[in-house]
Amino acid sequence: MRLRLVPQETSFDFFKRAKLWLGISALMMVVGFASFLFQGLNFGIDFRGGTTIRTEASETVDVGAYRDALAVHGLGDVSITEVFDPAFEEDQHVAMIRIQAQDDGEAISGEMIETLKASLDAVAPGIKFVSVESVGPKVSGELITTAIIAVALAIAAVLVYIWLRFEWQFALGAVAALVHDVVLTIGVFSELQIRFDLAIIAALLTIVGYSLNDTVVVFDRVRENLRRYKKKDLSEVLNISINETLSRTMMTSVTTLLALISLYVLGGDVIRGFVFAMIWGVIVGTYSSVFVASTILLKLGVKRDWSKQANTTGNQFGNIDA
Amino acid sequence: MLQIDLWKRVLIWLVCAAGIMLALPNGFYTRVEQANDAAADIIVKGETPERLETAGQWPSFLPSGLVNLGLDLRGGAHLLAEVQVEDVYEARMDALWPEVRDALRPERSTVGTFRRQPGPVDQIRLKISKPDGMARALEVVRGLASPVTSLTGAGATDIEVAAEGDILVVELSEAEKLASDDRTVRQSLEIVRRRIDEVGTREPTIQRQGADRILIQVPGIGSASELKAIIGTTAQLTFNPVVGRGSDADAAPGIGNKVVPSLDEEGFYYTIEAAAVVTGEDLVDAQPSFDQNGRPAVTFRFNTSGARRFGDYTAENIGSPFAIVLDDEVVSAPVIQSHIPGGSGIITGNFTVEESTNLAVLLRAGALPAGLDFLEERTIGPELGQDSIDAGKIATIVAFVAVLVFMGLSYGLFGLFANVALILNIALIFGMLSLIGGTLTLPGIAGIVLTVGMAVDANVLIFERIREELKAGRGPAKAIDEGYSKALSAILDANITTFITAVILFAMGSGPVRGFAITLGLGILTSVFTAIFVTRLMIVMWFERRRPKTIEV
Repeated sequence: MRLRLVPQETSFDFFKRAKLWLGISALMMVVGFASFLFQGLNFGIDFRGGTTIRTEASETVDVGAYRDALAVHGLGDVSITEVFDPAFEEDQHVAMIRIQAQDDGEAISGEMIETLKASLDAVAPGIKFVSVESVGPKVSGELITTAIIAVALAIAAVLVYIWLRFEWQFALGAVAALVHDVVLTIGVFSELQIRFDLAIIAALLTIVGYSLNDTVVVFDRVRENLRRYKKKDLSEVLNISINETLSRTMMTSVTTLLALISLYVLGGDVIRGFVFAMIWGVIVGTYSSVFVASTILLKLGVKRDWSKQANTTGNQFGNIDA
Repeated sequence: MLQIDLWKRVLIWLVCAAGIMLALPNGFYTRVEQANDAAADIIVKGETPERLETAGQWPSFLPSGLVNLGLDLRGGAHLLAEVQVEDVYEARMDALWPEVRDALRPERSTVGTFRRQPGPVDQIRLKISKPDGMARALEVVRGLASPVTSLTGAGATDIEVAAEGDILVVELSEAEKLASDDRTVRQSLEIVRRRIDEVGTREPTIQRQGADRILIQVPGIGSASELKAIIGTTAQLTFNPVVGRGSDADAAPGIGNKVVPSLDEEGFYYTIEAAAVVTGEDLVDAQPSFDQNGRPAVTFRFNTSGARRFGDYTAENIGSPFAIVLDDEVVSAPVIQSHIPGGSGIITGNFTVEESTNLAVLLRAGALPAGLDFLEERTIGPELGQDSIDAGKIATIVAFVAVLVFMGLSYGLFGLFANVALILNIALIFGMLSLIGGTLTLPGIAGIVLTVGMAVDANVLIFERIREELKAGRGPAKAIDEGYSKALSAILDANITTFITAVILFAMGSGPVRGFAITLGLGILTSVFTAIFVTRLMIVMWFERRRPKTIEV
């Protein structure tokens, strides 16, 4: 007896409520974007400069006392959060201190770090600074630019790739799904105010890759079925293709999620935000490859007369089964 | 149908075996690391019984390449420094000024008297009293120019001379500035490297980034401040003529001179000529030693041209004081007692033995040609790195087991094939990482875990396809064959698109993110390889042996 996530034969109609799904997606994108505009992302120091210090002490973290101890140094905006992780020892109390970028110079000075440590030692004896990271405003500005370019470049590159391998309608559908995933991920980060740093950009790009992976598998089947069922409606062909690949879509999503969830729970707090982004991305990416990419493809329509247009723009590489 | 040539089979298994062999040392990380260190010591410092024994911990016929651990896993310090390339322009102008002065002196009759005017530090501005002689002055000063020595600046000269009314302006040409910037950054890089090597830390990364930046990563060092102390900031040694001495820090130094504090006499300042007679660049050696009173000191020796200039200067200026200036502070200002011809000397001051040793190291390594501005500093404690490794290990194992069980339950025997491929896959990733000397970072571990999840995708695509073919009524052999060939385009499309994003991440990212891109990219390559070749080979071999009439996937 085999474990099956979906029945052997399925015939769901994925477009019966196409408008509803597109509506929900559009609404979520608007909410996510609005949250991004009005609440803003909780940028880490990679993107806005400043210093983060990870402290470890044997006594419980008293955020108020920490704050008071640091206030005398006049460092401007200082935020202190306690960090929890199941892997911590009984007497391991960790806090993250974030200090805004200082006006004088780029990175924070070593003497300042020592002074801060001395002040904190008064309220939490034996406190250790297990990591200190300081990024100057110059670099953080560049990192933002690089990150935006990277995401845009990734989207553009796959747009071109899919356009070459399929047709432009497929490319647009895939990219719509990608933009959907990226916007929703940024939205969830701004809504939940999870720290958004350089690693999250890596996660975003991975989401782009993953979502695309899913979409491409469906599209590949659509292309094949379009040749096989020349007389059927596009919506019917799309439905057949999605149903045929549904088992694979679910299998891959579940194995990936299994791996990611174990990393989320056991991988430590340092990369938890990063892993969260990827888990969210896998879920959203799986959804979007069916309900966004395929629906857009349906709305755009595909040229069906394959026999006569072997040389038209867009799919001249479509028949290369590498 | 289901045929794979023998040579292909052998090649596939050889690749897998090579991957496992290359990955093997990582399973015994500490032991191999110690053995490698000992082997390196034997080459550099010679054999000792202990070293031989440690080196023997790992058989020399096995590969010994290890995956480098990133700073976030090993702990250490990371600095991104920007070289203040403009610093050099000022020094160049100060060095040029005496030449300009000497060249114009014989022309007094046409250009009249001339004075250096205050102005930007990267220019020499000269006011001449006979503006009619400007043409001649320009000609003379232009005669001092020499061609730029760089590929791009061919044909250009190093200085630009222009007239602004009765002011003659000399500055470096754009081509020379570019060439000079490049030289400055390369020199700084080399000097930073030498200083870090002198301390002898393990596997430092010292790289040039962009036009004027240097990335320095040193694992195992306590903090970024410690690293900065090793690099020093400018440690510029010069020997300058002394003009005067006083206690006023704001005294007007006069054009071409500057006021610098004394290193150990609190409240005293020296006015010195900005143009140095000899600089640290002319040093060939510096050693800690003791002066005739038994106090710690540093002896040094100049190269030939430095020795000549030093000798000439001392011969001409017997009786005048002479400042030894380190980082714009006067270490000492002895009076020249006699002509010093040999090009060697001694620096005395109130040094401790440790200070004199450090100063000698600093001088030997050479001075940084320009200041460094630190744009980014990160210190990661070794405990945090160890915690991350531990957490990453557990998470990877759990993820691995979960996926193995899930695949086994879903596809039975075929799932088992996929699982063997998955294990090989991880071995291949580590093998390739060791081979290319890649760096494993915390996000890199996440990349491996993600690969564990996604690597089965290619197999899933194939198995699902075989299921479909079976359902369509094809025989087992035909179904397997069709399954593989029809799934291929989807596998390639899906993985190429993900690979594109990994490449972009690698190109644009830095540090940990790049580590993630590497493992993700390698994971894609190995998972495609294992899916199309390894599982296929396993299935074919199983099929040949059993010849089943029906198969269940």
